[in-house]
Amino acid sequence: MTDPSTIERHDYDVVVIGAGGAGLRAAIAAHEAGARVAVVCKSLLGKAHTVMAEGGAAAAMGNVWPEDNWQVHFRDTMRGGKMLNHWRMAQLHAQEAPDRIHELEEWGALFDRTPDGLISQRDFGGHRYARLAHVGDRTGLELIRTLQQRTVALGIDVYMECTITRLLLDGGRVAGAFGYWRESGRFITFDAPNVVLATGGIGKSYQVTSNSWEYTGDGHALALEAGASLVNMEFVQFHPTGMVWPPSVKGILVTESVRGDGGVLRNSEGRRFMFDYIPEFFKAETADNEEEADRWYDDKTNNRRPPELLPRDEVARAINAEVKAGRGSPHGGVFLDIASRRSDDYIRRRLPSMYHQFKELADVDITAEAMEVGPTCHYVMGGVAVDADTEESSVPGLYAAGEVAGGMHGANRLGGNSLSDLLVFGRRAGVAAAERTARDGDRPRVSDEQIREAADTALAPFEREGAENPYSVHHDLQNVMHSLVGIIRTENEMREALDEIQKLKERAAQATVEGHRQYNPGWHLALDLRNMLRVSECIARAALERTESRGGHTRDDYPMTDDEWGKVNLHCRIEDGGDVVVSREPLPTMPDDLSGLFE
Amino acid sequence: MGYDLKIRVWRGDSAGGDLADFTVPVEEGEVVLDALHRLQATQAGDLAIRWNCKAGKCGSCSAEINGHPKLLCMTRLSAYDPSETITITPLRTFPVVRDLVTDVSYNYEKAKEVPAFAPEERQPDGTYRMAQRDVERGQEFRKCIECFLCQNVCHVIRDHEENKEAFAGPRFFLRYAELDMHPLDTNDRRKLAQEQAGIGMCNITKCCTEVCPEHIKITDNAIIPVKERVADRKYDPLVWLGSKIGRRRRDARTESD
Repeated sequence: MTDPSTIERHDYDVVVIGAGGAGLRAAIAAHEAGARVAVVCKSLLGKAHTVMAEGGAAAAMGNVWPEDNWQVHFRDTMRGGKMLNHWRMAQLHAQEAPDRIHELEEWGALFDRTPDGLISQRDFGGHRYARLAHVGDRTGLELIRTLQQRTVALGIDVYMECTITRLLLDGGRVAGAFGYWRESGRFITFDAPNVVLATGGIGKSYQVTSNSWEYTGDGHALALEAGASLVNMEFVQFHPTGMVWPPSVKGILVTESVRGDGGVLRNSEGRRFMFDYIPEFFKAETADNEEEADRWYDDKTNNRRPPELLPRDEVARAINAEVKAGRGSPHGGVFLDIASRRSDDYIRRRLPSMYHQFKELADVDITAEAMEVGPTCHYVMGGVAVDADTEESSVPGLYAAGEVAGGMHGANRLGGNSLSDLLVFGRRAGVAAAERTARDGDRPRVSDEQIREAADTALAPFEREGAENPYSVHHDLQNVMHSLVGIIRTENEMREALDEIQKLKERAAQATVEGHRQYNPGWHLALDLRNMLRVSECIARAALERTESRGGHTRDDYPMTDDEWGKVNLHCRIEDGGDVVVSREPLPTMPDDLSGLFE
Repeated sequence: MGYDLKIRVWRGDSAGGDLADFTVPVEEGEVVLDALHRLQATQAGDLAIRWNCKAGKCGSCSAEINGHPKLLCMTRLSAYDPSETITITPLRTFPVVRDLVTDVSYNYEKAKEVPAFAPEERQPDGTYRMAQRDVERGQEFRKCIECFLCQNVCHVIRDHEENKEAFAGPRFFLRYAELDMHPLDTNDRRKLAQEQAGIGMCNITKCCTEVCPEHIKITDNAIIPVKERVADRKYDPLVWLGSKIGRRRRDARTESD
């Protein structure tokens, strides 16, 4: 048994878990508001998943199209989310994104420019105007490096390669966090009345994903265990264009900018099949012939958008259907062609990372031939239910921002809205956490018993005599989620998935690890598995409950969108026994001045 | 088209270690990191590897493959003969933590020493205006994914532990160059580059440029211009002033390299 008095211990006002865009932005905001802040992250600083974002950050700055403004952005976001978004979050996001982008320039970011020297903006799916601030196709790297350098310049404490395994509570409010150093395996405890979750997503529960190893749903699971609820967990975004070959790179992202910059999707017959998949909801604003679609890139006033730039859920489903109908590419995807449509020079300048990625990993020259692409698990719309203005959950002192938070994106996220989401809500969470510190006089206390229990749970994989290999359990979970709770869902398959998840939970409880505590990936995975299983169960239960198709949730047995379901969000909680329960809660009501935008 | 790969991996910790031999099945199109992951999942559950994105974007999985510093995720097995045994060792310049994971904190300490970006005032309309060709010079350096392969291979510190205190290394010369060439930055960093970062110790052997997975021309486009400016600054304050007002001819030359 671990003696709590021997454990390394630190005291802060605000502990931020995660060092991606949301976490770093929250830490900067809380620090600037006067709080004592620590950032705790699983990887080295600067390696978080934000680094992989490619296309850009959406903000209605109006640098390229002066007609653009926050109302248009708000409307696009809500329609892209199939009206299930929390309206207030979508409003704040659209209003504040331009300021958040501009301030990055004050911290050293170098965005691509317009001819008159302003921040350039590019086209993306679902956005009426070109609105993504970008740096070639490596915008995420620019964003994280800028925030990282700002964090370092401010002297904020960063605990790198340190994993939080439990939130500590005092009478229902946050009192701190417990975790371990990956490098040494030693435990660490933070005493803090405020914790900001900024842990990103859940993609590592799926077999084909664009997500990095860190995406094991840690923040989602920590919040559940602390008593918060998760909203919209049935909505998982499959990005339409991931690499499909060679197998080792299957799932790696191919940025939507390829289509924003003129690339088109074709099937094995050479047909631009997206014209066959324009839904009624988007008919009025989508071109129905190639000539009009091609003219749109230069003249947006007199032409409608190409169907390749429909929201991601529509495009992913269409690709899935083409492959199923036998019109796929040799390796089970479809063709993404920019080579025949844009010059070598243009492609290399606008899409340098894509050029490099295909050349080095697949021997494909994207300036000369088409890419093969198919859907890949990319983003979870669902996450911790929070107050729209402060990002505080139902647990006092517990905040969530970025992908781990829910509500902002509704049933489907538009490309480009994630990077701006991180900045807008990361900042808001940091400010709110700092203000709460200043307001609350008495500090919560962490009990020794909680620390002892957290330590014992973390060490259990070394103590057990079981024979389960955590890598095998993980592999099997990815299979279950991919084949039974993937892009197209049915009741029978999801019931089967829930049975399988139950069995996997039992196996995970028997997982044992070899070796010792120092930098032991088998041990780390055994602990992360609990989080992946919890999140997977939430996704399957919520998806089973929602008997309609909408955004990132497609039911083969309920293929239509149902207006009644457009009025409720599903919330997942865990009860004392540890099982996930789902409840229906009405959508917040949009005020008239905003609902008028949709008439 | 799969085959059994013979792979030799360094295993151990700060107290010492040794190469261990494994045979692991691999498939067509795989990279070295795939082979190591399969090893981890089936034969060596506690094999320590640092990695994140497996797409060449985060710069976590740096190691030495047959003695060559590379990213494990961007090195395809097809580059080696199937009969060949490939040997994976940790980065040599940094202390080993365990197996292939090294303590790269040196780089994070050096990052703290770089003075922060200090922008000029916004224009009266509230914007910053910069020309695309001016931001592109800094953008080349900001492609850096901080894999630290350039730091690992730089002989000033690779074989001379004692130089680490006074020498920031190529990754941070990039950072100094980027800030120095930033259209909005108001600091003069050349004194610092010389006195604190130790750029004078670099004798431009270009080892850093050769290993950069982002193909940044570290020596030609960053280190040499900074060295030249350090020299200029000592003798010619007018040229320094000029560099802050407009672009100089020399920059146009280095840009076209």
